Amino acid sequence: MSLFRFFHRRRSDAELQNEIEAFLAEETADNVARGMSPDEARRQARIKLGNPLKVRESLWMQNSPLLLPHVAHDLKYAFRTLSRTPGFTIIAVAVMALCIGAATSLFTVVRSVLLRPLPFRDPARLVMVYEHFRGGELSYHPVAPADFYDWRSKTHGFEDMAVVRPAGYNLTGVRNELPESVGAEAGSSNLFSLLGVPPALGRDFTEADDQRGSAVVMLTWSLFERRFAGDAKIVGGQIHLDGQPYTVVGVLPSWFTYPDARIQLWVPYKVDASPEMLQHHDWHGSQVVARLRPDVSLASAIAQVGAIQYQNHLQYPHDPVAEDIVSRSLNEDLAGDVKKPLMLMLSAVGCMLLIGCLNVANLLVARGAARQKEVAIRSALGAQRATLIREQMAESVLICAGGGVGGILLSSGATEWLAKTWKDLPTAQSIHIDGAVIAFACALMFAAVLIAGLLPTLSTTGKSMLKALQTSVRTGSTSVSRTALRKSLLTAEIGITVVLLVAAGLLLKSFMQLRATNVGCVVDNILTLQYGLPGKTYDTPEKQDAFNEMLLARVRAMPGVRGAALGTTVPGAGYWGSDEFTVKEHPPLMAGEHLPDALTRWADPGYFSALGIPLVSGRFFTSDERVARSYKVIVSHQLVQQYFAGADPIGKHLHIPGRAHYGAPNLADFEIVGVVGDILYQVGKEPKATIYFPILEGRGAAMLAVHTATDPLQFSVPLQKQIASLDPELPVSDVLTMKQIIGASLVNASLSATLVLAFAILSLILASVGLYGVLSYLTTQRTSELGIRMALGAPRDQLLQLMLMDGLRPALFGLGLGLAMSLAATRIFQSMLFGTKPLDPVVLSGVIATLLAVAVLACLAPAWRASRLDPMKALRTE
Amino acid sequence: MPKKNQSNSEMLKGTLDMMILRTLVGGDAHGHTIAKIIEQTSEDILEVEQGSLYPALHRLEDRKWVSSYWGASENNRKAKFYRLTAKGRKQLVRETSRWRQMTRAIGLVMGEEGGA
Repeated sequence: MSLFRFFHRRRSDAELQNEIEAFLAEETADNVARGMSPDEARRQARIKLGNPLKVRESLWMQNSPLLLPHVAHDLKYAFRTLSRTPGFTIIAVAVMALCIGAATSLFTVVRSVLLRPLPFRDPARLVMVYEHFRGGELSYHPVAPADFYDWRSKTHGFEDMAVVRPAGYNLTGVRNELPESVGAEAGSSNLFSLLGVPPALGRDFTEADDQRGSAVVMLTWSLFERRFAGDAKIVGGQIHLDGQPYTVVGVLPSWFTYPDARIQLWVPYKVDASPEMLQHHDWHGSQVVARLRPDVSLASAIAQVGAIQYQNHLQYPHDPVAEDIVSRSLNEDLAGDVKKPLMLMLSAVGCMLLIGCLNVANLLVARGAARQKEVAIRSALGAQRATLIREQMAESVLICAGGGVGGILLSSGATEWLAKTWKDLPTAQSIHIDGAVIAFACALMFAAVLIAGLLPTLSTTGKSMLKALQTSVRTGSTSVSRTALRKSLLTAEIGITVVLLVAAGLLLKSFMQLRATNVGCVVDNILTLQYGLPGKTYDTPEKQDAFNEMLLARVRAMPGVRGAALGTTVPGAGYWGSDEFTVKEHPPLMAGEHLPDALTRWADPGYFSALGIPLVSGRFFTSDERVARSYKVIVSHQLVQQYFAGADPIGKHLHIPGRAHYGAPNLADFEIVGVVGDILYQVGKEPKATIYFPILEGRGAAMLAVHTATDPLQFSVPLQKQIASLDPELPVSDVLTMKQIIGASLVNASLSATLVLAFAILSLILASVGLYGVLSYLTTQRTSELGIRMALGAPRDQLLQLMLMDGLRPALFGLGLGLAMSLAATRIFQSMLFGTKPLDPVVLSGVIATLLAVAVLACLAPAWRASRLDPMKALRTE
Repeated sequence: MPKKNQSNSEMLKGTLDMMILRTLVGGDAHGHTIAKIIEQTSEDILEVEQGSLYPALHRLEDRKWVSSYWGASENNRKAKFYRLTAKGRKQLVRETSRWRQMTRAIGLVMGEEGGA
């Protein structure tokens, strides 16, 4: 009803005018009847009516009972004042857009990665269970299948437990499609029902499928769409994996990207695992997902499993069987290591948002100063404080609303970029802006309005405003309190900026340290690629060796190739794999003592010289060490230092149960023939002892690294042609330069360093703009005072110094405050730093120098202007 | 015209609506007549400010206590006439009884006999 009236205000106003006309006419007629002259009658009628405009106004107000017209009016007014100063407006809106956009983007990512529950059924009850070797630091160790089977059969705290391990296949076409190597996972048949994921098409795996030799497969939606054009007929049809036919039984739903989006297909867990492997308690290569029973606490369920595991440990005292287990929620497991950098960036962006708000607040305080007299007069005339506040808030509402809209637009682009650039992010596909995110942006906007608007408004409309009326025009101290407010805003702003700068500096320095790390081999001009020989065609070690050696010979003969190495991986490319071992010649370990473990790699005889890994003692492999004669290993220098205490290891034997030949578990002793230099398996990680086996013992999966004379990428096509000429069916994957491989492990470090640095620089710019603004304001305010000083003979240098110190004081306070805050803040992300301490002197002094330089620059211009004032003009100004 | 005493002419809050409704019991009337009737009936003690009369009329109309139509006045001029609705009549009864109670109560407090 009131809305109806509101929209019919005009009509009722027109009606009222007619009524007033009628009233005047009636009254005039009455007056004439009383005997007045017509003119006098009309005059008296008008006197009786009073001000017709006032009548109309009061009806108009009555018909506008909502706050709406006031607000609309205020906004209109604010819009006009803002458009009078487009420079200020654009800057303020851009600042808010940038800050809100960045915060919204990061919130989107954080929400998708850390907050949003997985789309699985009742995800809160899903946990990952890992083995844990006591004594060392907390580690989430993969599980051995035999342990898993014990856990599942002997404990009752979990509704069910499922086991998953990584696999990989060459997918070849039935009808001559291109071969490709696909990432795959092998999962026990109960996995999908445990997670609560019904297949989109076809059926789930059954218990009967989960047997050695069964040939069934489930496709992920992306493979189904991409390779099979979304044709449902493929369900029930066959595809070839490593040359073997597999029946497609089902297709997983499109949202299912567990454990990550690279996985293209799923096979049952036991498909190609030998019964011996499944009985091993030390074949650590699987992950266990469990669903907690609703009536059991996690602690007691875990305690049951832990007890079983301890029994296993006691049963095999000489094997690497973990004593204990650990668990963490599936959600946390997937978020993994990105949690910390994400939170760091979120706080960085929060700081930036705060600085943006403070800055806009600061600018508004300055604008409020210009309107101080107007406000004072109006409130003296009876304007309510609420009205005045509402009016002044309108400006910040407009700025923040503009910023919010711009921010949402900005963040829709930024989020996409972030999700694409940040390689580690799990569930990277599902990061997008939705209602919740927009609600978050609106909340931010609201907070920004409050911070940026209320602070200056309360100061202008406070009790002290009447003083503005009382004080005469010619004083330099009209608003000491406001200046103090601006200075404290500025101090806070600079303090937060310092924290950001310190964080960015530390991250940047550790990133540089990472970049400069020597992985222990040649990294320039090396091209790597991977292939996996399908077991069907290359079914004996001899056939695999024949292919590998032929390829090596051909590649080495290529013009421009300096050397070629064939191994399972290269330095810097990741952990790859490790094995526990004992030294045969040493006394047996005490029960409960930790089994040493080392990284395991395979290498051809020319591997080390091609990659420039130095020989410390002994010799490299020979081409004679192959197949059955291959019980030789080369170890890294670190292994010798760690486990031989400097004694000569050549000729000693390592007992590596995990590498026993199939069917011959007693043949697990390997003679050490050489010692080579240490390598880093990943930049940023501590070096680890390494064992190399001869690749000529027969391996189908290999990584070829080619050292070229010129740009390595030019060799990628010729190399693939060489492989195709040997086997046209063999797909090649991951054609990357060594630099790219190492760079990939640095991408995330570089991303967090770059982003935080960007935030810090933006904050620095904002803070310096704030500094400049405050000082300019002070200068204009003190113009007449400065004129008097000059007239009395103050030297210009002294005035310059005076003004400069005025501006630098909040900067110095802010600096001190910021340094104190960063002491606490940097401790939080200490674990993200590499080769850098939180109190790094270089970084700290760099930050101090930068901030001081920027502060002086920002203050210099207004201070200079102040010192160059013409005293006559200055005295004449109001 | 005699100048009215300021304190007398100020109307008690909320009574204007009631008096307008009461005036309309005698038949439809336009704004001028309503004001005149109130003034004359009150022996010129009450003066109806036009600034509050018209907003009050519109308010009553909004609440559906009066309805309005354009017609010709006694002097044959175009005027907006107001008519009491059934709802308005009920409201008038309510307001009158409330008013009676109130004045009686105030009268008792002030030590007058019987109140209004």
